[in-house]
Amino acid sequence: MRTVDYSNRDHYLNAVYPSPFHSRQAQHNQVREWGRWADYQSVPAYWCTDMEYFAGRNACGVFDITPMIKHRINGPEALPYLNRLMTRNVEKIKPGRVGYSVWCNEAGRVVDDGTIFHLRDGDYRVCSQEHQIDWFLTSALGFDVEIVEDTHDVAGLAVQGPTSCAVLKGMGLAGIENLKPFGLTYFDFEGTELMVSRTGYTGDLGYELWIGPDHAEVLWDRLFEAGELHGIRAMGSRALELLRIEAGFILAGVDFLPAMEAVRPTHTRSPFELGLGWLVNFDKGVFNGRQALLEEKQNGSRYRLVKLDIDGNKPATDSYIYTKNGKLAGTVTSAMWSPSAKASIALASLEMPHGEAGEKFDVEIYYQRELKWSRVMAPARVVKDVFWDPPRRRQTPPADY
Amino acid sequence: MTDSNRVLIIGGGHNGLVCAAYLAKAGQKVTVLEAANQVGGMAATREFAPGFKASCAHLLYLLDAGISKDLSLASRGLSLAKTGLDTIALAKNGKHITLSSDTVEGPGLADEDRTAYRDYRRSMSKFAALIGELNQQVPQRITNRPKDLITLGKLALKTRLMGRDDMREFLRITGINIHDVLEEKFQNGLLKGALSLDAVLGSFSAPRSNNTVFTALHRMSGNNSGPAGDLSIPAGGMGAVTAAMAAAAQNAGADIRTGCKVRRILVDGMVTSGVELESGEQIAAGTVVSNADPKTTLLGLLGARHVEAEFARRFNNVRSKGNAAKLHLALDGLPGFSGLEPEQLGQRLVIAPDLDYVDRAFNHCKYGEFSARPVMEITLPSVHDTSLAPEGKHVLSAIVQYAPRELGAGWSEGKAAFFETVMAVLSNYAPDIRDRTIASELLTPEDLENTFSVSGGHWHHGELSLDQFLMLRPVPKAAQYAMPVDGLYLCGAGCHPGGGVMGSAGKNAAKVILSDRRGSET
Repeated sequence: MRTVDYSNRDHYLNAVYPSPFHSRQAQHNQVREWGRWADYQSVPAYWCTDMEYFAGRNACGVFDITPMIKHRINGPEALPYLNRLMTRNVEKIKPGRVGYSVWCNEAGRVVDDGTIFHLRDGDYRVCSQEHQIDWFLTSALGFDVEIVEDTHDVAGLAVQGPTSCAVLKGMGLAGIENLKPFGLTYFDFEGTELMVSRTGYTGDLGYELWIGPDHAEVLWDRLFEAGELHGIRAMGSRALELLRIEAGFILAGVDFLPAMEAVRPTHTRSPFELGLGWLVNFDKGVFNGRQALLEEKQNGSRYRLVKLDIDGNKPATDSYIYTKNGKLAGTVTSAMWSPSAKASIALASLEMPHGEAGEKFDVEIYYQRELKWSRVMAPARVVKDVFWDPPRRRQTPPADY
Repeated sequence: MTDSNRVLIIGGGHNGLVCAAYLAKAGQKVTVLEAANQVGGMAATREFAPGFKASCAHLLYLLDAGISKDLSLASRGLSLAKTGLDTIALAKNGKHITLSSDTVEGPGLADEDRTAYRDYRRSMSKFAALIGELNQQVPQRITNRPKDLITLGKLALKTRLMGRDDMREFLRITGINIHDVLEEKFQNGLLKGALSLDAVLGSFSAPRSNNTVFTALHRMSGNNSGPAGDLSIPAGGMGAVTAAMAAAAQNAGADIRTGCKVRRILVDGMVTSGVELESGEQIAAGTVVSNADPKTTLLGLLGARHVEAEFARRFNNVRSKGNAAKLHLALDGLPGFSGLEPEQLGQRLVIAPDLDYVDRAFNHCKYGEFSARPVMEITLPSVHDTSLAPEGKHVLSAIVQYAPRELGAGWSEGKAAFFETVMAVLSNYAPDIRDRTIASELLTPEDLENTFSVSGGHWHHGELSLDQFLMLRPVPKAAQYAMPVDGLYLCGAGCHPGGGVMGSAGKNAAKVILSDRRGSET
């Protein structure tokens, strides 16, 4: 089933589409709640966020990533184009490999982050949270490159958790256990091509499956059939949110403001201010934001994104963060009680020079017990490591759960 | 491969030559690379028919006096065949009016208009002088650095020092259109038409277009000793000016190579390393200065990939649609203009009989058509300078508007028809013009683009308007002549302070280049 029928001249009247997996999502969606993610109807929780979260950590959670904005970039100069667009050296992402990157505007502020899939030699897919086609096309002046947004032409499922490899093997994807982290490979599947990448947004063993929307339903069916004895469960966006915070992954629009959406440019962040300095390569030649980032590197950044371990069990959602002297030092951008780390954790943006590992703060948490509000100043400290980082995430082949 | 001592200048137009001369005088090793077989670009004197010569730029009114002096142009062969040209606003019925520096005379003029003209000239000259001072400066950056703030403060102070009334008037009119200002001050249609032409010559604008008061002021912003906007005709055509500049550059040690078109600017890593010629020859240099227009330089010679995307996009968006054509007629004798005595033919003649005529002429070009009744600025330079035509014969040189760069039908289709249109308009004022014409050349913006490698065929290498002036010309972050690629500079009319045969862009660029090179030596 094609998502958008472009031959229908009124197609634009429909702003939000059912996912190609919609019929299957509807079967699993016991609470009949629907949300919106970008251009698609999505599921916040099929039944119970906690159960779905635990499927992702202890078995296999399946999440529909079709709504992620997808671009196909190819043509003779795709690589030089991407290298001028992205902060990292895209030359390092060989065919069959995937890399995380950010891209910046002229002020060195992050426009968006995303993943670059080097599908085949010189043929790339770039996934992002926000629509980027205008920015990508603007950046294409002077390059022999073809750029399309093909969000609606690719259906995607994230299959995440310790049993995910076993599920895919059971589905008949022979040799999947040999796929290394950030690798991608292809399978013949029901008469079409299925691309599988060992990527995800959960910080655990996991894969992402990419297929034409016409084959979305059969993919879902085969997957759940194979996963029946491996604890497979459809996962909603609320569970994914918990998984990604534990993994320390940032989210556009939550942990940083995409630069092109900012009315107040000072509210945006540079890669350095998001802890993504490792993605900035000054040696590869000119790229968007280079000049400003070089100056920032010399003159210092304004903010630092950190991970906080907070005392107590109350999620520090949207909290102010104070120094031990009571001076405001920053705000929490994402927070949760982590069932796996057994800790109240958060991602936070602190004003420089704050945020060195080990630095201690007080976090002002407002919470409710049966409609009664209370406030607590919870001690917190900056930690260096992510809260969830199991070895199986990197093992090839992963253990057979 | 980099010869860090060498400075290459792409393009031997007047700004490139001025830049070369200043750099060479300061001891730099300079080579000018000119695509044509002679220097001068649009300010060269060319033979367009056997024995008949003309220059695209035909009137001198902006040449920086400091440059003339510094480069001793007079002693290098530059002399003016005629200065202080009047403007005669042609009327079909022969009842022309004549505009001089502070008087206007002619049949049917009200006394109020004579007085208003004097006042207009006085205040416009004063305002133009302020812009003239800016012409001499490297535009400040908009930063909080003390140097930039002081420069900005000085500008504000100078504006204030004009006095309350003049400052108010300056602020009131600079951003608005010439039509409204002229309507407010004058009654005579012919006078208003002629004055409005000065505001729209060479640009994609009509009297009702915004900031055409500014363009009028810019035209008057020269700093020669005569009245503001004083018009001269150089002996030997405009080529004499550029020849003198070339001589100054060569005298100071600069090397000028003609007939070598640059194919691309070479970049090694993120640093300029030289140029490659169309012949394939590569010339190494640590500093490359482009007198080509901004778009040609960045999108053609350098390649957008060597700069950040937003910067490239700004260049791509520079408004540079040429809108003026150039007509050269070889005449077997002086034409007869109804109502003009032969001795008046040496003045500047304009066909812009009223404001609406000029506006209507512009309307066409918005839709990719040429004007059905074009406006014209006409000179017969051979009246003052017999070297331009065989004995007893003459040259008519005219700027003809409007002729859009992108003609709907295409210029290969449209050129002949446009020529007929122009000749028909001209015949209304000079009935024997066709009989007198023995050869002709019409250069459309497309021809100008192809002949002189200037994007859009635009005289000024980009519209001259408030949004493309000072620190906004050609675009922010390139307005101080240096490009983001180390060692690459712009020095052409696409930079502040723009076009007209002025030379200040080349001089300002040389200032920046010298300061950078001295800085890098220490």
